[in-house]
Amino acid sequence: MKKLTILAALLAAFACKPAETNAPPATGAAIQINGAGATFPYPIYSKWFDEYHTAHPNVQINYQSIGSGGGIKQLTAETVFFGATDGPMNDEQRRNAPGAILHFPTVLGGVVPIYNVPGTTSQLRFSGTTLANIYLGGITKWNDAAIAKENPGVNLPATDIAVVHRSDGSGTTYIWCDFLSKVSPDYKSKVGVNTSVSWPAGIGAKGNEGVSGLVQQTPGAIGYVELIYALQNKIPFAAVQNKAGEFVTATLDSVTAAAASVTMPDDFRISITNAEDKEAYPIASFTWLLLYEQPKDKARAKIMVDFLKWALTDGQKDASALHYAPLPKAVVDKELQAIAKIQL
Amino acid sequence: MKRSDDRWFRLGTGAIAALVLLVVVGIGFELTRQSMLSIEKFGFGFWKGTTWDPVSGDFGALPFIWGTLYSALLALLLSTPIALGIAIFISELSPRVLRQPLTYLTELLAAIPSIVYGLWGVFVLVPIIRKLELITPDALKKLPLFKGPPLGVGMLSAAVILAIMVVPLTSSVAREILKNVPSTQREAAYALGATRWEAIKVAIGFGRTGIIGAIMLGFGRALGETMAVTMVIGNNPQVTTSLFAPQYTMAAVIANEFTEAADELYLHALIEIGLLLFIITIVVNLISRLLVRMRKAAA
Repeated sequence: MKKLTILAALLAAFACKPAETNAPPATGAAIQINGAGATFPYPIYSKWFDEYHTAHPNVQINYQSIGSGGGIKQLTAETVFFGATDGPMNDEQRRNAPGAILHFPTVLGGVVPIYNVPGTTSQLRFSGTTLANIYLGGITKWNDAAIAKENPGVNLPATDIAVVHRSDGSGTTYIWCDFLSKVSPDYKSKVGVNTSVSWPAGIGAKGNEGVSGLVQQTPGAIGYVELIYALQNKIPFAAVQNKAGEFVTATLDSVTAAAASVTMPDDFRISITNAEDKEAYPIASFTWLLLYEQPKDKARAKIMVDFLKWALTDGQKDASALHYAPLPKAVVDKELQAIAKIQL
Repeated sequence: MKRSDDRWFRLGTGAIAALVLLVVVGIGFELTRQSMLSIEKFGFGFWKGTTWDPVSGDFGALPFIWGTLYSALLALLLSTPIALGIAIFISELSPRVLRQPLTYLTELLAAIPSIVYGLWGVFVLVPIIRKLELITPDALKKLPLFKGPPLGVGMLSAAVILAIMVVPLTSSVAREILKNVPSTQREAAYALGATRWEAIKVAIGFGRTGIIGAIMLGFGRALGETMAVTMVIGNNPQVTTSLFAPQYTMAAVIANEFTEAADELYLHALIEIGLLLFIITIVVNLISRLLVRMRKAAA
């Protein structure tokens, strides 16, 4: 009984305490803005939102990395204020939205082929058609004539190729298939472009880490991961032939070059895979922030516009440190003009 | 205590029990509602369709149903003898000092999160399975059961990892059942001149309904297991008996593709897979109940 009274007293003491300290913070009008979408830009977005919060303590931008599809859905349902996606919204998705939605590219990413070929030490090189044929199941041995032709002097074994792809729906898969569909009509008709596709060959692994893990432990495997993931984990990757015929190794510069070489449409919805430029890495893509053209909440819209302007200018400096490719200046200038379309 | 307290207690707990029923019905209803587009488009053909193509919007569930049932069944085959062996040893044969630590260790296995099993699967189990596949003699590889390249990931890895996850569940329930067999049963057997093995058989016979229940509980767990399976099964939707081939399960495809499924029909097809999994789990449970009841009637 005595114990109980002590316990009760303690509980009472604790129960009272928070009442004093948990009073609402006296910062006044703290504004919360919620967004959701792609996982690919999550590291840089969270850094940006964090820095923006430090500069503007009354603004708290929350971002849920639930996937591009989820981001578009939530934005369409107006449960979040802004969305983010790795693939531009298609016409059907735009029709389903209650108002016009604007796309703003924020940073760039690339996708790179990784491989595990026993006995080879030099960097391999692939053309788009060869990659497409490997993923279609047409090329099944590492010493196939097509691979040998692109890698003169490399001693390729007669090992079976184990094709590894993403099992989870992903923007990475979207970009990979987008490139392969552009270079191979066969791939376009048999597989097509989406965040998940019906794979004619191979095994599926979850996430970049799943794909790279499986490739590293399976002799003869080939897979694809985000450039950023390969750079961070120091995984060697292959060079890919671009439209100009050059074999280009993905770097932040060659990815930015891909973005600089395309003619940018006014709505920024453009695929930059297989870009023309000689220096451009062919498997690259923008990632977009999505905002309504006529936002209902003007106060929040003003903050988002201010944030976006900052992210496109000063914020771009954070990109390379996190292995994202920064936007080319021409794209930034065009976007800064386009932001004016948002009706505040 | 007043008599009215009793009534309120009964009403209160009754309401909570009804809530469970309501939740089950609610889940079924909501799953059906959210998969309407897919149900309308593919009708009853959905469960036997073999393509899963999000690009062209053509969906069928058979490879996933197959992979789910096949992997769970294989896991059951692997885990049941081991789980029952553990249960019998702990409850009937183990020296008293070992009993507690063994019980504790098997229960510890059940507490490991499935993602940890998955990681262990990817880095330890899969390479071992790949070595096994590499040394499989060519004569065996001609059998449909062992066809395919030695990838390591695939049905066999999934079945083994599921079996490991199911063992602690089945064995701890079976152990409880054996513990609750009245000692008079064993004493009677000994009195009739039974050997130790025969006495254990009597105890198992007495508790068999519960033991079947324990096995079915493990089967249910294997059906719904997601994370560990998707990490080692290879995620390739195909219907094949080969243990070496990568396959796919229903829970895994939902977990993998749900977040990025932006297209309405695609989303509805995924939810219909969930509905089918829900139905299959209920049917499996019903069958296990029936089995138990039949056994009871026979006994």
